[in-house]
Amino acid sequence: MIEVSALTVRFGGVTPLDSMSVTFPAGTCGLIGPNGAGKTTFFNVLSGFVTPAAGAVRAFGEDLLAMAGYRRARWGLRRTFQTEQAIEALSVFDNVGLVHEHSAGGHRATRRQDVLTALEFVGLAGSPKESVATLGVRERRLVEVARAVVGSPRVVLLDEPAAGLPDEETQHLARVIRRIPEQLGALVVLVDHDMSLVSACCDVTAVLDFGKLIASGPTAEVLRDERVIKAYLGTEDKV
Amino acid sequence: MSVAEEPEVSAADRPRAAAVGTWLRATASEIERPTAIRAAVVAALFLFVLLALPGLVSTFWLQIGTTVAIYSIVTLSLALLVGRVGLVSLGQISLLAVGGWVAVRLGFAAPGLPFPLLLVATGVITGAVGTLIGLPALRLSGLYLALITLMAAAAISVALQVTNFPNGGPGFLGYSGALAGSVSAKLHRPDWLASSASFYRWVVVVAAVMFALGVLHVRSRAGRSWAAIRQSEPSAIAAGVNVTLYKLWAFALASFMTGIAGGLLAASAGGLTTYGFPAQDSITLLAVVLMGGVFSFWGPVVAALLLKLLPELLKNWGLPPDLLTILFGLGVLQVMLTAPAGLVVQVPRDLAGLVAMVRGRLAGTGPAEPAE
Repeated sequence: MIEVSALTVRFGGVTPLDSMSVTFPAGTCGLIGPNGAGKTTFFNVLSGFVTPAAGAVRAFGEDLLAMAGYRRARWGLRRTFQTEQAIEALSVFDNVGLVHEHSAGGHRATRRQDVLTALEFVGLAGSPKESVATLGVRERRLVEVARAVVGSPRVVLLDEPAAGLPDEETQHLARVIRRIPEQLGALVVLVDHDMSLVSACCDVTAVLDFGKLIASGPTAEVLRDERVIKAYLGTEDKV
Repeated sequence: MSVAEEPEVSAADRPRAAAVGTWLRATASEIERPTAIRAAVVAALFLFVLLALPGLVSTFWLQIGTTVAIYSIVTLSLALLVGRVGLVSLGQISLLAVGGWVAVRLGFAAPGLPFPLLLVATGVITGAVGTLIGLPALRLSGLYLALITLMAAAAISVALQVTNFPNGGPGFLGYSGALAGSVSAKLHRPDWLASSASFYRWVVVVAAVMFALGVLHVRSRAGRSWAAIRQSEPSAIAAGVNVTLYKLWAFALASFMTGIAGGLLAASAGGLTTYGFPAQDSITLLAVVLMGGVFSFWGPVVAALLLKLLPELLKNWGLPPDLLTILFGLGVLQVMLTAPAGLVVQVPRDLAGLVAMVRGRLAGTGPAEPAE
């Protein structure tokens, strides 16, 4: 469970997150909103790249903001990036192994098996020894997801994992995402613009608009919410 | 291989033996033929350079060879920083001077210290100095880091002009104007390293150890963490990499290596002069390292040959050494534009292309090389 209370981020005169309070209970939770709503900023606060002006984040009882960025990763906070960040200089195995060897429970004895399990989990066929530089977009995405699930993840943040993927790949990804809480017990927070993916994966969803939380609850209800529809489509009187 | 064939394995050891067997098989399958061939080539070349070369060339060229081997450690350290971690340091030549200073000072302070130990101590102290200079690297990167290291280099060369290399004088600085006789400072070599050939062989072995240290790092946890940092610091942090620690470790390792090279340089035939380490030489060093190639361990070797053998060859052929500045300028431009991985990748690639083209022409049927 992640409890976010009154989280505020300011960059000069801009407030990308304005007193955001929300609870992500368990399973796969959606976080949606129009471009610039503050979704990635929220992830960056959780990862430790952005220091908030105010507020607190507790994850499974732990004060997340008190930990250094890399310690959060070692604790079990994993993420993928909007522009995928698989390391080109390393092989597929080393990409995933890197996260394993830096995680709290990542013992050398289980590394080989854990990495291969993660690659199988995301459905990445092909040689683990292959260099990431030779892979296509789809495989790189899967390598990134494998990095996020290897070993014992506790919280997995997925930042637009389906962006630019064809439909059948998105469906494969949805199956993988749903299995993360089911089989690994980790809490997943999914940011995506693909509403069919969010509906397919997320039991609950929170909606951000201009840094403010405008709705949260069961996904189907949230997507029907008038404020949410307005946020996405805009309103006439705004013009 | 089944357990039944090995009656000496006790029941308790069986799972362990099986695990080791699996590991061995996995390891054996990982060592592929190209790797074995590469290892054989490296070993053959190393043995040739170590054993045969001293008998083939004059003392003069052997001393040039010694200098090339010493500088290959310096180019290695910079190639590691630039190619593996993505940190550009323009202070490496000044750290070389620091290494030389420390080695000479230690030589006077503890004359009984065995030479190998003195070298290691020099490396460790220079490593500490380099790490201090590297501290800004935690906050800066790219151009700003390069600028900071260049400023530190300039400060070191100014300090060196004032303090001189130790010559057995009193105090911490160990320099006395009254004792100043010769223009160059030297570290006394032990008897077993007195001859040019034995010192050359020792330097080649030390350089090989440094390269092995580099390879070991790149293939280990440190190398993987550096690869993550080089690509993107946020993704490295998200992978649990302590970016600060691994950056500092890279600076410490590179400075350690450069310090050892400085110690070797202090003991070499030419000795050390205070005007021998101008800050701008670090820029030339970066140019040749980029030219050689920073993503391969052959790159630093090529870079050291360009830096220390090429000038002597030019002199030998009666060409002005100033030509080098132009050659390096053109060379680095050429490499950056056409082959960012350096000459070690470009030359074999272009040669292979040429061979394919010639073969195609000779056969007359092969696919015509597209006109460029």
